[in-house]
Amino acid sequence: MILKELSEAAGVSGAEKDVRDILAEAIRPHVDTLRVDTMGNLIATRQARIESREKPLRVMVAAHMDEVGFMVTQIEKSGLLKFSSVGGLDPRVLMSKKVLIGSNRVPGVIGGKPIHLMEDSEFDKVPSIDQLTIDIGATSKESAEAVIKVGDYAIFATSFSPLGRSEGENGPRLVKGKAFDDRAGCTVLASLLQADYPVELVGVFTVQEEVGLRGAHVAAYSVDPDVAIVLEGTICNDLPRDKEASPVTRVGCGPAISIADRSFIAHRGLVDLLIETARQEDIPYQFKEPGMGGTDAGIIHITRSGIPSVAVSVPSRYIHGPVSVLSLNDLEHTVALVKAAIKRLDKWPVVGEQGNQEKR
Amino acid sequence: MDLLTATKELSEAAGVSGFESEVQSLIRTQWEPFVDEFRQDALGNLIAVRRGNTPAGESRRSVMLATHCDEIGLMITGITEGFLRITEVGGIDPRVLPGQEVTVHGRQAVAGIIGLRPPHLMQPAERKKPVPLSELFVDVGLSQEEAESLFDVGDPITLRVEATELRGERLTGKALDNRVSVAAAGYCLSLLKGMNHSWDVYAVATSQEEVGLRGAIVSTYGLMPDLAIAIDVTFGAAPGLPETETFKVDGGPTIGFGPNAHPAMYTMLVDAAKAIEMPYQMEPIPGRSGTDGWALQVSRSGIPTALIGIPLLNMHTPVEVVAIPDVRRTGRLLAEFIRGLDSSSLDAMTFSLPGDEDEETASAGATC
Repeated sequence: MILKELSEAAGVSGAEKDVRDILAEAIRPHVDTLRVDTMGNLIATRQARIESREKPLRVMVAAHMDEVGFMVTQIEKSGLLKFSSVGGLDPRVLMSKKVLIGSNRVPGVIGGKPIHLMEDSEFDKVPSIDQLTIDIGATSKESAEAVIKVGDYAIFATSFSPLGRSEGENGPRLVKGKAFDDRAGCTVLASLLQADYPVELVGVFTVQEEVGLRGAHVAAYSVDPDVAIVLEGTICNDLPRDKEASPVTRVGCGPAISIADRSFIAHRGLVDLLIETARQEDIPYQFKEPGMGGTDAGIIHITRSGIPSVAVSVPSRYIHGPVSVLSLNDLEHTVALVKAAIKRLDKWPVVGEQGNQEKR
Repeated sequence: MDLLTATKELSEAAGVSGFESEVQSLIRTQWEPFVDEFRQDALGNLIAVRRGNTPAGESRRSVMLATHCDEIGLMITGITEGFLRITEVGGIDPRVLPGQEVTVHGRQAVAGIIGLRPPHLMQPAERKKPVPLSELFVDVGLSQEEAESLFDVGDPITLRVEATELRGERLTGKALDNRVSVAAAGYCLSLLKGMNHSWDVYAVATSQEEVGLRGAIVSTYGLMPDLAIAIDVTFGAAPGLPETETFKVDGGPTIGFGPNAHPAMYTMLVDAAKAIEMPYQMEPIPGRSGTDGWALQVSRSGIPTALIGIPLLNMHTPVEVVAIPDVRRTGRLLAEFIRGLDSSSLDAMTFSLPGDEDEETASAGATC
């Protein structure tokens, strides 16, 4: 399945080629035009195939191809590598993890000092990333340089597989793998590009979301849509804890609709469209706890003179770490919900303080 | 015997202290062609007996090789909303656990992930501190009911790591402490098959070293060997670590010197290494060795003991690293040492007194 391929591919912000190539192959038979812009965004257009207004609405649906990862910044005389993070990584998940470096996926390990040799005071501290090194087994700078170079990107060495019950049994159909933020969104978008709509659907697989919503910034400008829907793999914290704290989202409870996060406040009309669609189609849904995280919608909604935007996400546990968990049921419900909502969009009023339907 | 493959298989097998049966099954399969008999004792030690060609008229003598086969791991302490609460078995640094994949050994072996709350949801001060073990949990993707049907409090959990080759004939994986020594012992046995040796060999995959050398204590008592060698891992050298306590990876096994090692055994091992022109490193061990050797030496009335170390990086983490050449060298050293044992070897173990001259005195380190 494409989620597995996408999850295992390397695509750290700034080096999304492998992910882009997989997606281009997958969607090419279904789209009318396909192009890559100056930053590497993959932009696919599927014209309206259902009778609609004379000039169909242009709907941009965005999912980002990049993942958080690492970059090699220095090769030491010892053959060990210094590195920095690309995108936001919790340093507490870095210790003792395996990585794959560069296009040849050279294996390495982020080492750990044996506890036997540590001072008591060290146990209380999390090593910062500049105190860590990657060991590929090279014992000199020259031997390391034979296989990797400064500037190479590295990813967590995580494979994709089911988690929990075996396939075919009733249940949330959980899977684990890396980069579900946002290969889950990319998987949803690739599916959406195969259906018929009364709107012009522009699917944008963006680059560099994790380092500042950079790809979306230029794509929104050049696509110039009437409406935008952003697809994400989002924070999910449905873990045992104090009763009062909200879980942000829960795995298995359906696509999560954003009302507001740190980067934007969703267009209320689009939120209502999603809720209405979910109820009519009997699709489970939940709300993402307001105030958490940010997405490409943060830049899209303030592009040009403003674009009504909303975000829908597949809840994923442990994002921005080596391995996340999501429910394939949630993924499929996300496809169903957004597909049905887009089909209703041409008849849905998207007006009001936050947007103007007649822009062009 | 393909040493790399054998070491990888040993690394990936499960055997948390007290629950060593899976890895011991593997060890039996690996050692079978070179061994005359297998036994298991009350504490779960796996004892392999390889008999030597003792010349007629001489007493049988035996040397014990102790290679602990247990690994550090975790154990279920509770099941909450389908997530597993955990405690450690042996010394795991909890800071390496967030985001780590594990295998939970309940009624079935099930994959899990050690999760932690997203940093977005924490106070800045919280984010700087490691998450204590009591706040970590294992996500197995199951409901409370499903989890309860598969697991019980007390079930062991291993780190889930595919052993992977790095550059320079190095291997990374979990439990290389101490599966590399088990691999070295197996390699030694395979070499002995093609050699003539008169002493018997007890190769013991000891249990429960990580929680107090417990397997070594009882297996030695039961076997009463004449000599004993503990093979464990030692700290590999890396930038930022004290040079005095660490040893070059791919620099050869270390031979321990200090109160826990019989000085004559030390000399014999050094001589054996030189005889086969093999690199080795001298490891000064001023006190407790932190190995089975500490227990072997004081079994019953005492046994001359030697300590061999295989340099290892990142000890007690999921990404331990070892050089396979060091594993091979350790196997060769042991085989050469054993080959050289004869009826006079124990005499070398005696501590002489002034005025002894050529008289034989009672051996200070022999068993009764």
